[in-house]
Amino acid sequence: MLLELKGVHAGYGATRVLHGIDFAMGERSISALLGANGAGKTTTLRAICGMVRTQGEIRFGGEDIRHRKTEDIARLGIAHVPDGRGTFLHLTTEENLRLGAYARKDKPAVARDLERVYGYFPRLYERRRQQAGTLSGGEQQMLAVSRALMLAPKLMLLDEPSFGLAPLVVRELFGILRTINAEAGVGMLLVEQNAAMALELADQGCVIETGRVVLSGSAKDLKQDDAVRRSYLGY
Amino acid sequence: MSRKTIALVIVLVVACVLPFVVSNYHTFQLTLVLVYAIALLGLNILTGYNGQISLGHGAFYALGAYCAAILMDKANAPYWATVPAAGGVCLVAGFLFGLPALRLEGLYLALATFALGVAMPQLLKYHALEKWTGGVQGIVINKPDAPFGIPLNADQWLYFFTLAIMLVMFFLAWNLLRGRIGRALVAIRDQHIAAEAMGIHNALYKSLAFGVSAMYTGVAGALGAIAVQFVAPDSFNIFLSIVFLVGIVIGGLASIPGALYGALFIQFVPNIADEISKAAPWAIFGVFMIVFVYLMPTGVAGAVRLITARRKP
Amino acid sequence: MDALLHQVLAGLATGGIYASLALALVMIYQATHLVNFAQGELAMFTTYIAWSLINAGMPYWAAFFLTVAIAFVLGVVIERVVIRPVERAPVLAVVVVFIALLLIFNSVTGWIYTYTIKQFPSPFPEQPILGRYLSSHEAGAIGVTLVVLALLYAFFRFTPLGLAMRAAAQNPESSRLVGIRVGWMLALGWGLAAAIGSVAGMMVAPIVYLDPNMMGGVLLYAFAAALVGGIDNPWGAVAGGFLVGVLENVLGAFVIGNELKLSVALVIIVGVLLVKPSGFFGRVQVTRV
Repeated sequence: MLLELKGVHAGYGATRVLHGIDFAMGERSISALLGANGAGKTTTLRAICGMVRTQGEIRFGGEDIRHRKTEDIARLGIAHVPDGRGTFLHLTTEENLRLGAYARKDKPAVARDLERVYGYFPRLYERRRQQAGTLSGGEQQMLAVSRALMLAPKLMLLDEPSFGLAPLVVRELFGILRTINAEAGVGMLLVEQNAAMALELADQGCVIETGRVVLSGSAKDLKQDDAVRRSYLGY
Repeated sequence: MSRKTIALVIVLVVACVLPFVVSNYHTFQLTLVLVYAIALLGLNILTGYNGQISLGHGAFYALGAYCAAILMDKANAPYWATVPAAGGVCLVAGFLFGLPALRLEGLYLALATFALGVAMPQLLKYHALEKWTGGVQGIVINKPDAPFGIPLNADQWLYFFTLAIMLVMFFLAWNLLRGRIGRALVAIRDQHIAAEAMGIHNALYKSLAFGVSAMYTGVAGALGAIAVQFVAPDSFNIFLSIVFLVGIVIGGLASIPGALYGALFIQFVPNIADEISKAAPWAIFGVFMIVFVYLMPTGVAGAVRLITARRKP
Repeated sequence: MDALLHQVLAGLATGGIYASLALALVMIYQATHLVNFAQGELAMFTTYIAWSLINAGMPYWAAFFLTVAIAFVLGVVIERVVIRPVERAPVLAVVVVFIALLLIFNSVTGWIYTYTIKQFPSPFPEQPILGRYLSSHEAGAIGVTLVVLALLYAFFRFTPLGLAMRAAAQNPESSRLVGIRVGWMLALGWGLAAAIGSVAGMMVAPIVYLDPNMMGGVLLYAFAAALVGGIDNPWGAVAGGFLVGVLENVLGAFVIGNELKLSVALVIIVGVLLVKPSGFFGRVQVTRV
């Protein structure tokens, strides 16, 4: 099991957001976390990365990571593309990418990954010396995904990658994610409000409502589920 | 009667009894505590409630002190009249300083007030003003005796005089801060854009806050001058302003009792530090400051609030 | 005209010292949004350490570099031990801790070394450069300042660690997500700032003589310089430092005389701020409502 959550409770100060999340995904899997605004999807990702106080069990590759600090969890191989992208706005595009590989010691591998990333996203190469804050929304999203890739992660957490992007751009991005998953074997956990696109990409998924998992299964089953179709797919 | 009122009454009774049971020197020290409490309340109104940092309030204290001294020395004014006069002068001075200060935020305001605090002793020593200020030597004034033959010695009388003024000013501040104006000040501190959008005239309130704050500190300065019987430029250097800031943080920001706790700290801890180490007393004082901040990051008043809240059933 | 040139050049020399200290202040500010008021006293304390080393017979440059190293370690230790516990406390509480550090260093130094003024040697041989305009120490101080600034620039611009420090200061949360140990970056920043401060102290001590209160005025000018340049702009801090140095010297020599020059310099700086409230090169904070 790449990632396992058992009975995870989490919150901000006095406000409890997650009320016992149970979830699991295997290596190389692409999972979708669906749900409405405020359901707790982002909080789940933040809980995995140690960014909020949690109770319960969180295991990555069998290892308990609940008490670890965020930076140590990143070094274990979990790359989080956060809500809002978390770009280093005042640094250049290439500096952003190099920061993704900060914790890696194998310089030639890092150089190769940089080339690969520029291959996926040629526009980033064009803008590599530009200040990242001047990139468009779509380009910053590509930058965020690329920075996560530069970590050489075993698991990528993506928070609303389609947010604010034109449908064609989303299609392009998701295509690249599929390629990355196939070629590099990187597991992905996708939080998305755009359920249709997420279920196209993912092989399994679950639905979160007010901090609990209410439905889970293979992407195909979810796509055909009545409740999901009505609430999240719109038909 | 609520627990708070009972506590208040007890403190008041103790305060009235103290001058009769301790030495004259200690009474003098307690008078200074009251004086500093008024000054710290002034600074707290500006920095704690309204969020404008001042590293120069020593200048207003000095202004009030010199007002009192000059009026008593050159114009033979009675001591009790100098207090409202000092207050009035500082109210205007504070308001006038507050106007250009409107353009400055945070650190920049801190620097501007710091400049004020540094410049004041230099100004007081300036030879062109020596006729009024007495230059480096300053001005000596006489401690007033108790009026109407009341059987109190000078130190005790001054203590009660200061206590009365302090109670009045604390009451006024309490009234001001718990009402609309207080809420407006805090709103400006916390979310000034939203405050303006809600119709609060930021510029007016901020300048007024400066004026009122300076007035309180000026009144304290006048009382302090009378208690010490002496004003000289070097007693009002930048260190005084810094000590005031330390006082309100340790006492508790945005808190009226905090002014009193802070005053007790800045008056007595240096003495304690001196007893612990004659060689490096300010280092000990610094250690005390750090310990207090570690244990009570929201000040003594904040800690008191936490303790009393927890004890409620 | 001669005298003016001399004052300007001397002002550049002291200005370089202000610039270094201002840079140290900006570095910590960028990482923490706090101004470290104890920076000056820390610099002064480490300069006294250098004095002790030199007095014990160590050659100047050996003592110089050892002191810089000691200052670095001291800065790291202070951040980890004294500052870290109050990381989440209200801003003014942290300011009080800085003030406390200021008092402690000043007082302890006075206690260990007494308040008698001491001579501090200059490593630059006694030869007036550029005729009578500039003493060799003043020229040397400018040189050292420029070397320090160049090294810092190279460090931040070209090394991975420097990049990580910049990232941690700008966006701690994202930095953690790529594995940067933000807490240690902060400690490193303090170490560097302390090291820079010690260089500033050792450059200024031959000019103003070693005394526990020697950095008070320097810190003030450095603070003012950092603000005039824009508190979040390292280049601005450097430019501000030189500007303030020249201003102070010219004012002191031609306009006011030495006692009032501090006040007047400050008043002028405040005047500048009234016209440009974020400093000359500061980022005007555009807040989204």
